[in-house]
Amino acid sequence: MKNDIILAGVGGQGILSIAAAIGLAAVNNNLYIKQAEVHGMSQRGGDVQSHLRISDAPIASDLIPAGKADLIISVEPMEALRYLPMLSKDGWIVTNTVPFINITDYPQPEEVLAQVNAVKNHIAIDAEAIAKEAGSARAMNIVMLGAASLFLDIPFGKIEEGIRQLFGKKGNDVVELNLKALRAGREFSEKNR
Amino acid sequence: MSKLLMLGDEAIAQGAIDAGLSGVYAYPGTPSTEIMEFIQGSKQAAELNIHRQWSANEKTAMESAIGMSYAGKRAMVCFKHVGLNVAADAFMNAAVTGVNGGLIVVSADDPSMHSSQNEQDSRFYAKFAMIPILEPANQQEAYDMAYSGFELSEKLNVPVMLRITTRLAHSRADVLRKEIKKQNDIKLPSDPRQFVLLPAIARKNYKNLLLNQPAMEMESEKSAFNSYIQGTNTDMGIIATGIAYNYLMENYPDRNCPYPIVKVNQYPLPKKQIAELYNTCKSIMVLEEGYPIVEEMIKGFLNVGKPIHGRLDGTLPRDGELNPNIVAKGLGMTVTEGQAVPSIVKQRPPSLCQGCGHRDVYEDLNEALKEYGTGRVFADIGCYTLGALPPFNAINSCVDMGASITMAKGAADAGLVPAVAVIGDSTFTHSGMTGLLDAVNENAPITVIISDNSTTGMTGGQDSSAHGRIVEICKGLGVHPDHIRVMTPLKKNHEENVRIMKEELAYQGVSVLIPQRECIQTFARRKKSEKKESND
Repeated sequence: MKNDIILAGVGGQGILSIAAAIGLAAVNNNLYIKQAEVHGMSQRGGDVQSHLRISDAPIASDLIPAGKADLIISVEPMEALRYLPMLSKDGWIVTNTVPFINITDYPQPEEVLAQVNAVKNHIAIDAEAIAKEAGSARAMNIVMLGAASLFLDIPFGKIEEGIRQLFGKKGNDVVELNLKALRAGREFSEKNR
Repeated sequence: MSKLLMLGDEAIAQGAIDAGLSGVYAYPGTPSTEIMEFIQGSKQAAELNIHRQWSANEKTAMESAIGMSYAGKRAMVCFKHVGLNVAADAFMNAAVTGVNGGLIVVSADDPSMHSSQNEQDSRFYAKFAMIPILEPANQQEAYDMAYSGFELSEKLNVPVMLRITTRLAHSRADVLRKEIKKQNDIKLPSDPRQFVLLPAIARKNYKNLLLNQPAMEMESEKSAFNSYIQGTNTDMGIIATGIAYNYLMENYPDRNCPYPIVKVNQYPLPKKQIAELYNTCKSIMVLEEGYPIVEEMIKGFLNVGKPIHGRLDGTLPRDGELNPNIVAKGLGMTVTEGQAVPSIVKQRPPSLCQGCGHRDVYEDLNEALKEYGTGRVFADIGCYTLGALPPFNAINSCVDMGASITMAKGAADAGLVPAVAVIGDSTFTHSGMTGLLDAVNENAPITVIISDNSTTGMTGGQDSSAHGRIVEICKGLGVHPDHIRVMTPLKKNHEENVRIMKEELAYQGVSVLIPQRECIQTFARRKKSEKKESND
């Protein structure tokens, strides 16, 4: 198996925590992993992406070849579109629908969503609303992880374990909140696939 | 030993710690910053009492590392490629002094300029200094090279360069650790004059460096980091250096490349393996990240003999980092492509944080300068460089660390008065102080704004060397105390700050304005950790 994933968003939106949770789950599942991050200048409100590769065989490149990504997970809808050249023909987009507008020429949000809907395989999820329902808007990225988990070749239990590991230090309440967010995201994908 | 998931930078840090490192010296710069940050955060490094504080700049870092090597201990110095320019004087001479304790110089190159002013290739510097280079292809090699690099350095009596590029620095994969070695004891150099580069001694040392070259080549030829991989199709032979090897193999899902390959991860180039490839194959393809340094070496001046392909002949792009698709195209393979980016997708450039003090400084400055018109603000390298972008469009230059003050002085010398320099607190101590002294010595009519956010903001908030002492430093350099003006860049002070700026712009001598307000990122982090401590 191999899962080649592009994680997309804007600097400061927490995409690296999504990567860390998947990474932990993959390592706990004895899979190979490579994850390339963007640091530095681009983080200052600019677009940020991470290439995350998981495989049961050794991985060569830290970067995913264009047109070969199986999944784009984006915490912002316009950023999901930015990486369409990376997505394979049968790949999935899982994106948050809430725009992050820090530029003056951000396109009409409806137009952005129309473009997302034009992609054959997509899940568009209002992750903020679902996170709030689960207990905290800040768990938005974990809702996204839950929604995307349906497309990962990692047992859901292992992802739950990764969440417990990632938030364990912060206490049981934080763990439970994030597990709730994770499951809510997963449920949304199962219903809307 | 345990398996860890690590960035390339972190793998280097852990490899060095496990190899008996006694001190690391560095100035932050993307993509090298995380090496020092990892060692600073490492419990093991704290227990081993490894020196791990930021230096004022790359030159002081390099020199401190040479000093630690002089004392017989293992030292590492880390910076980004352009930082090596700052350290170059000491770096070049360290090859001539040689080492006592092992010395690793980590230079992190940034092809594609993700966060840099140029793409320069540090391998040229190592070749210039005639020392070996280790260039890992993956995180495990990064660990292994930091681990064994000190030994190579001690064996060959030269510093060893560990060269990485952005992608590996900032990519995570699993790393297997080796057993922990003890630090060296203090031991003075056996030749008491080894580190004295008086001409007579330097000439002798330099001859030794030249005589040492065959030994370096031999080490490369027998290095486990270099390998000759057989192939069935000898129409082409491939030289793949560093991370380029990964991009090559990505195009062969079964990992069976038909062409013979020399995988190069240690330099000087392994002559024996390269010669074998050249003699076996009809043409050569060179895959390397950065400049076409290997390609130039193989090609030679007259370009006689077999075809050599790479970045020079246009088979690969001359600039930018490599990736699997670029390599595939170069090899004539068909590549996959996804859908086009919809035209509605807009650029999202980086920008100053909302609430950042630099924003207020630029708003004040733009207004204060209105009567003089635009085109007279020389800036520097840091977060405040983003003042070049809308909505501020406030600065007209950004050349290298420290260039703001000296460029303003040069422009003032030319008659552009007033000329303004904008520099951050960390950059000021990195390379601004000497330029300010030049300006003071000639009482140049310039206005220097040291926008002090009490940290090295662009790289994530590292300690700034002159924290709390900027005013005293300016006084000490001879700026008249009446023309050192401290202000607080806040909306409510806008009018007062504009007034102060106008007064100093009109002054026909050196003035220093110091707007002081902590970086909002470090402020938020500090408050959070203080709150956590009071709760614990």
